[in-house]
Amino acid sequence: MAERVLMKGNEAIAEAAIRAGCRHYFGYPITPQTEIAAYMAKRMPKIGGVFLQAESEIASINMVYGAAAAGMRVMTSSSSPGISLKSEGLSYIAGSDVPAFVVNVQRGGPGLGGIQPSQSDYFQATKGGGHGDYRMIVLAPASVQEMASLTVKGFNLADKYRMTAMILADGTIGQMMEPISFEDVEVETYDKPWALTGTGMKREHNIVNSLYLKPDELERTNFQRYEKYRTVEESEALWEEYLMEDAEICVTAFGIAARVAKNAVAAARAEGIKAGLIRPITLWPFPKAALRRAADQVKAFVSVELNMGQMIEDIRLATECRRPVSLCNRTGGMIPSPDQVLSSIQAAAGCRDGRLSEGQMTSPAQKGGN
Amino acid sequence: MATVFQKPHALTDAALHYCPGCPHGIIHRLVAEAIDSLGIEGRTIGVAPVGCAVMAYDYFRCDMMEAAHGRAPASATGIKRCRPDCIVFTYQGDGDLASIGMAETVHAAARNENITVIFVNNAIYGMTGGQMAPTSLPGQVTQTSPYGRDVTHCGWPIRVCELLSTLEGPEYVARVAVNSVKNVKAAGKAIEKAFRNQVENKGFSLVEVVSACPTNWGMTPQKALEWVESDMIPYYPLGVYKDRTAAKEAEAK
Amino acid sequence: MKTTQILIAGFGGQGILFAGKFLAYKGLLEDLQVSWLPSYGPEMRGGTANCSVILSETPVGSPIITDPDVLIVMNLPSLQKYVDAVVPGGQIYVDSTLIHEKVERTDVDVFYIPATQMASDAGVSTLANMVLMGHVLKNNPQLTFDGTETTVQKLVPPTKQQLVDLNMKALQAGRDYQP
Repeated sequence: MAERVLMKGNEAIAEAAIRAGCRHYFGYPITPQTEIAAYMAKRMPKIGGVFLQAESEIASINMVYGAAAAGMRVMTSSSSPGISLKSEGLSYIAGSDVPAFVVNVQRGGPGLGGIQPSQSDYFQATKGGGHGDYRMIVLAPASVQEMASLTVKGFNLADKYRMTAMILADGTIGQMMEPISFEDVEVETYDKPWALTGTGMKREHNIVNSLYLKPDELERTNFQRYEKYRTVEESEALWEEYLMEDAEICVTAFGIAARVAKNAVAAARAEGIKAGLIRPITLWPFPKAALRRAADQVKAFVSVELNMGQMIEDIRLATECRRPVSLCNRTGGMIPSPDQVLSSIQAAAGCRDGRLSEGQMTSPAQKGGN
Repeated sequence: MATVFQKPHALTDAALHYCPGCPHGIIHRLVAEAIDSLGIEGRTIGVAPVGCAVMAYDYFRCDMMEAAHGRAPASATGIKRCRPDCIVFTYQGDGDLASIGMAETVHAAARNENITVIFVNNAIYGMTGGQMAPTSLPGQVTQTSPYGRDVTHCGWPIRVCELLSTLEGPEYVARVAVNSVKNVKAAGKAIEKAFRNQVENKGFSLVEVVSACPTNWGMTPQKALEWVESDMIPYYPLGVYKDRTAAKEAEAK
Repeated sequence: MKTTQILIAGFGGQGILFAGKFLAYKGLLEDLQVSWLPSYGPEMRGGTANCSVILSETPVGSPIITDPDVLIVMNLPSLQKYVDAVVPGGQIYVDSTLIHEKVERTDVDVFYIPATQMASDAGVSTLANMVLMGHVLKNNPQLTFDGTETTVQKLVPPTKQQLVDLNMKALQAGRDYQP
């Protein structure tokens, strides 16, 4: 077994990226992800790579766009307000079908918001953010080990499908330290005949471009791209199930919220409530099949989120609203306690005929408390 | 029959989409001639802007990329840092380079990024139909300055070469024009120098080409070229604004 | 030991995060599951700093500590903020050089250590945090002083191994302190 070392989540991403073959990092400082840039600044010059601090998030994503077009494994990282600025570039990268790896260590929003952990960029990451019809593969690590393993996976998937893979983490997982080992790094390599390398006077010129002025061409390109997305949806969804076998209440949560939810599920079990957890690891593609199956089995869902209820919409869609879904949430940088989640589970377990009354909604925001 | 004149190899056979009388064709040709004469087509990567030259990726035979509006110097930086052996150039208009992309321009210059920037200044937004540009002259009538550019209201035109030449970073900053045979020849030399500088790893080289936009200026091509001479060049004087190597050599003497 | 939740709090610059890192590394070397979570942001710059360390025989669930088993405090605001959160039967370690108030709760064990004074007396004035750690290792039934030196060696960068002795000096002073 590889040696376990203690590492911050942000540093684990940086080290894993290097091990995944990334030699180009372009970024701009923002809390709480700056450790990634600092790590890259230290390491890249020593391994023949490039670390460049750009003049803005906008410039940095467009440097990534250029480097990705040149066929390199390249990444940038930022936090919520910075990702808004990068969204323009993410749209161009999607429209040009080049692979990129992007990290969002989320903080509270909207606007400048705060710097404490949040999951309120779920919509931005999974539904768009930039303009146009496009998707990104969105990976939601819940541990420092996953910060590393999903980074490697993200680079592989980005190259495989020629699209952006985004790590959607939060300030807690970015800042915390846990033991980690790097033994399972499997780097896949893909040919990139489309990349800008110089023609060498041996081939027709390659063009990396997102402009299609003829509507029928643009439509065709979009249809083709969505064929690709369909393949991703069919084959790349990842999730974890915890105590779901006989569960009657299904808690759903991703990232740090899932860590809290797991404690609460264990506590509920100790009280005799048959609770289980489904933790989406890919937020797009969303693990619809797992949720659909769970809807056949459980009485109710409880979605635990560090936002005002964004993933809950995907749960309702995946389950076709066949079971009530209640929200247990905190926002603005607050994190629910296991007790708060437990009372949400208790409330859901107490519901009759699978119907929750409004009064049983346990979100502090909805109750106007906290 | 002897060939006495032909298209540069670095240009494709695609028909240009530019308006009649537009000097973009001349400037494309000058860029392609520089690529040909340095023998670098096989390792050149061009970055097209958003603006009239948005489809330049179809016209140059080297590998090409289409950047987001104003971001060409950033994307070119990304490419150059990955492929330092490639010759990377951007081709940008005044709105792209001096308005929305000013930060990218200034910082690429400040870093002495080893790229070549061809900056076409025709004092107007052409692609979108003739709006005021950061380089539109005081009093100039455009779609968005219908009473003439009022500098008390929307500020003064930006002289990019003068601004960049205050920076330590850039290797070479020069302004040329394409309104006469003599000026076109000088422009060709400056553009070739800007590419050669990159081949010789000297760093950031920008050539501002004072150009014309007959369509959106509402002039005949001939009149537009005269206006370049009478109005544009007095505000944007031609010349070399920065040449670090030449300055060092002069100092050595 | 099943799971021990340790909250360390004080001012920025007192070595709160380093102390937490020490405990986490010690747990790691003992093959425990561990997590270390700092407070972060502008409040760290001269304001309050805190750090949550969980040591466990089973995988760590939430890394966020709401009810610590062990509270270690190096300033009064931190004591006031967290004193009521400690689980009944838990332990509170107080740097009594810096905090003159006494804990009123009777359902917890409280240890008063003049750590800042002791560190100063021992010529390691910046290591009051490690004096406290030494006392915690000695007095917490779930923790042990064994393997401390290996942990410190691991924690101190190879270029600064001279700091190992200083840290050990502070840790031993804390271990040997008799009220």
